[in-house]
Amino acid sequence: MSRILLLVELRGGNDGLNTLVPYADARYRELRPRLAVARDHVLQLDERVGLNHKLEPLMEAWKAGDLAIVQGVGYPYPNRSHFRSIEIWDTASASNQTLSEGWIAQAFRGTTFAKGAGVDSIVIDTNALPSTGPELRTIVMQDAEAFLRQAQGIKSPAGMSDNGNPALRHLLAVRQEINAAAQGLSDRLRAAPAPAESYGQDLFFGRQLDLATRVLTAKVPVVAIKTALGGFDTHANQAPVHERLLAFLATSLATLRRNLIVANLWSDVVVMTYSEFGRRAKQNASAGTDHGAAAPVLVMGGSVKGGLHGAYPSLSDLQDGDLRHVVDFRSVFATVAQGCWGLSRDFGLRQPQRLGFLG
Amino acid sequence: MVARVGRRGLLGGAAALSTGLWFPRGGRAATAMDFDEARHLLSRITFGATPAEIGALEGQDYAVSVDRLLASIRQSALTPAPDWLNEGPAELRRRQQAAQAESKTGIDGKKLDVVRPVEQQGRELRNWWVEEMLATDRPFTERMVLFWHNHFTSSFLKVRYAPALFRQNALFRREAVGNFATLLREVARDPGMLIYLDGMRNVARQPNENFARELLELFTLGEGHYGEADIKAAARAFTGWSIDRETGHFVNREQAHDGGRKTFLGQTGNFGGDEIIGILLKHPRTAETIVEKLWREFVSLTPDRGAIGSLAASFRRDYEIRPLMRAILLSAGFRDPASRGALIKSPIDLIVGSVRLLGLPVPEKTQLVRMLQGLGQVPFDPPNVKGWAGGESWISTYTLLLRQQFMRRMVEATTVAPMESGMTMADRPNRRADRKQQLAASESMQMAEPRPVEGRSLRNAGGEARLGPTLSGLGSPLLLRTLLARPPINAIDPSLSPGGVVALAMLDTAYQLK
Repeated sequence: MSRILLLVELRGGNDGLNTLVPYADARYRELRPRLAVARDHVLQLDERVGLNHKLEPLMEAWKAGDLAIVQGVGYPYPNRSHFRSIEIWDTASASNQTLSEGWIAQAFRGTTFAKGAGVDSIVIDTNALPSTGPELRTIVMQDAEAFLRQAQGIKSPAGMSDNGNPALRHLLAVRQEINAAAQGLSDRLRAAPAPAESYGQDLFFGRQLDLATRVLTAKVPVVAIKTALGGFDTHANQAPVHERLLAFLATSLATLRRNLIVANLWSDVVVMTYSEFGRRAKQNASAGTDHGAAAPVLVMGGSVKGGLHGAYPSLSDLQDGDLRHVVDFRSVFATVAQGCWGLSRDFGLRQPQRLGFLG
Repeated sequence: MVARVGRRGLLGGAAALSTGLWFPRGGRAATAMDFDEARHLLSRITFGATPAEIGALEGQDYAVSVDRLLASIRQSALTPAPDWLNEGPAELRRRQQAAQAESKTGIDGKKLDVVRPVEQQGRELRNWWVEEMLATDRPFTERMVLFWHNHFTSSFLKVRYAPALFRQNALFRREAVGNFATLLREVARDPGMLIYLDGMRNVARQPNENFARELLELFTLGEGHYGEADIKAAARAFTGWSIDRETGHFVNREQAHDGGRKTFLGQTGNFGGDEIIGILLKHPRTAETIVEKLWREFVSLTPDRGAIGSLAASFRRDYEIRPLMRAILLSAGFRDPASRGALIKSPIDLIVGSVRLLGLPVPEKTQLVRMLQGLGQVPFDPPNVKGWAGGESWISTYTLLLRQQFMRRMVEATTVAPMESGMTMADRPNRRADRKQQLAASESMQMAEPRPVEGRSLRNAGGEARLGPTLSGLGSPLLLRTLLARPPINAIDPSLSPGGVVALAMLDTAYQLK
């Protein structure tokens, strides 16, 4: 059993409270008199919580049991710096620990898998940290055709030496990666058909998913693909921006699902969203929200056990104005490592929680 | 014959050249620079140093030359300011709304593009700075402005008010090697910053922590040297600092200020913004943060703890930037030959530097901005408040390929028709006087779009390749020593034509180093 993880980073700190809305809790409206999602704009999932109505395109997956929502995901001693917090997530570190290797690379530490296409992980984004590490050959690209065309110009000379110069060592290592990847990728990608249904192009995320779909249908044997949707740092006038992003996210992911179902690949892929943090429970004076802590993680795929997992954090027991986490994100990662790659990993947790969203 | 060109083997060739650019060899002081050291100094603090610029320093006293470079700051830009400089935010918003109202619907039902003044000003602002980087006779100024822009980041994507960012750029220019304490106090009141980090929304009733957090995390102390309570206290202290919506200038709204007691980094008082900055300036981490960052920018990606500690201790006494920069450039770490070629060029280093070095005419800056965008460094648009991470992160599989592609494009464009029809760039020493000529040239260029002439590019034009005046008349060994900070990775045949050598050098992996 091996499944491909498709990561979607929601950059800037996605507001979990207005994504999965605790509509039945009166405290929600008290904390957010201007920002609370109106009750008739909530797609009720149970008697307590529901999705923002802009996520309506995801309801198809929800009804099919393909969408799992892990509630209250975070970590102890939350850090509210964008950079530090995304680093904590990407490297699966504790709040007070600095690691340089990404969590996917860590998961594959000490494993040997068939070196097929010369590339193990494809990042269609600028932040490659989750799959950065010596164990994984990671390629960062934004356009497959351009990548292959340009790679032809870079040839590996024999006997390159970096003379102890770390900058040069890095350059030469990147060259090697390009050479190896280009050899493996070119034939497969050229043969890949265009996705059955095309993606919205308003935001770059649409193009990222297009390329991700081609990589998947071309059966490039990668373990992970990463994409990102930016703009979630909504300190001011949050509602229109956030709604637009949620709508684009939901529409694109629904398209992805249909494309992969048509290609008979939907059970081989696990899509997971994550963000460096959620946002402050209380709205601020600028009709926005400041950096917060725990938030929900969405997981989708044909092999996913849909439904609500974890538990919604209490709105009357806040910690410094933020939601307390119920599920440690490293437990989510451990579940994914097991469910996608059959790797038993604890990511430094003494006892990762067993989460049932992936068999 | 293909031979790897060694460093030593080049010296004889250089001395034998008679271009008239080189100073007499006799009578040099003990601290005199040779060609390679002069190249190293200029490659780190200017863009794309030409053989003439390097030659002007060769044989000169090192410390004296550093002092001269540090004194050469141009406090106001050479390129004329855009004409919208004094437009207030309210007026701009009115024009923007008017433009949007005017936008018509096309036959396909989609809105037709209209020129939106906000975005238009943003484009002009980016082009203005790129133009200044290309035109200036004091490129060191731009390097420092870029450093401060990357430290006190503000992004046009959020600010959407170009006049404020232009004035912020002017502030960085004025204090480029001035005083850090002054700079920090001015930045806290800077309208671009007040918009970017939501300071203008920071009011007593509901403080906005955005600026306070980055002030502590990125501008001064660094992560791990403060707590969440300090951020909240600092945010309260800065409440009321805002901007006037009509003029776009700083305004202190007393009624929005929280005058209550705050406890910040262990001290308690009815602090305002300036008191918070005062406390931060007394904290030893502030100087260390700046020195660490300068070291990484100008010397090496590997911090030298001892050197940084002692530089920071001196810097903290008065926060004067010029003596700090002097000490950095004179440090053993900077002058160590092993430091040469140990930094990776930023996209601006690469693109602006190559254009300057080749003496390429660039009538339309938008194209260069687009290249910078692909490589991940658009001026006025840092990726986030932390700025560009730089160093090794400049090079990924994606950007390395793109860099090669852009270099290939420049190499191909170097012997385009307009250059063959006699148009030349101005000589470097008199750039100011020659700017008019250059502008006139660019106007004619816009009509005759530069397009590579098949079979005539730098790479394959053989002996006929015409290098611009910046590089013409020089032999292959000297061209290689100018273009590359270390020997090429793929051996370059020195018997090739000068044009061929330049092309191969620019496409070599070693060209990515400085």
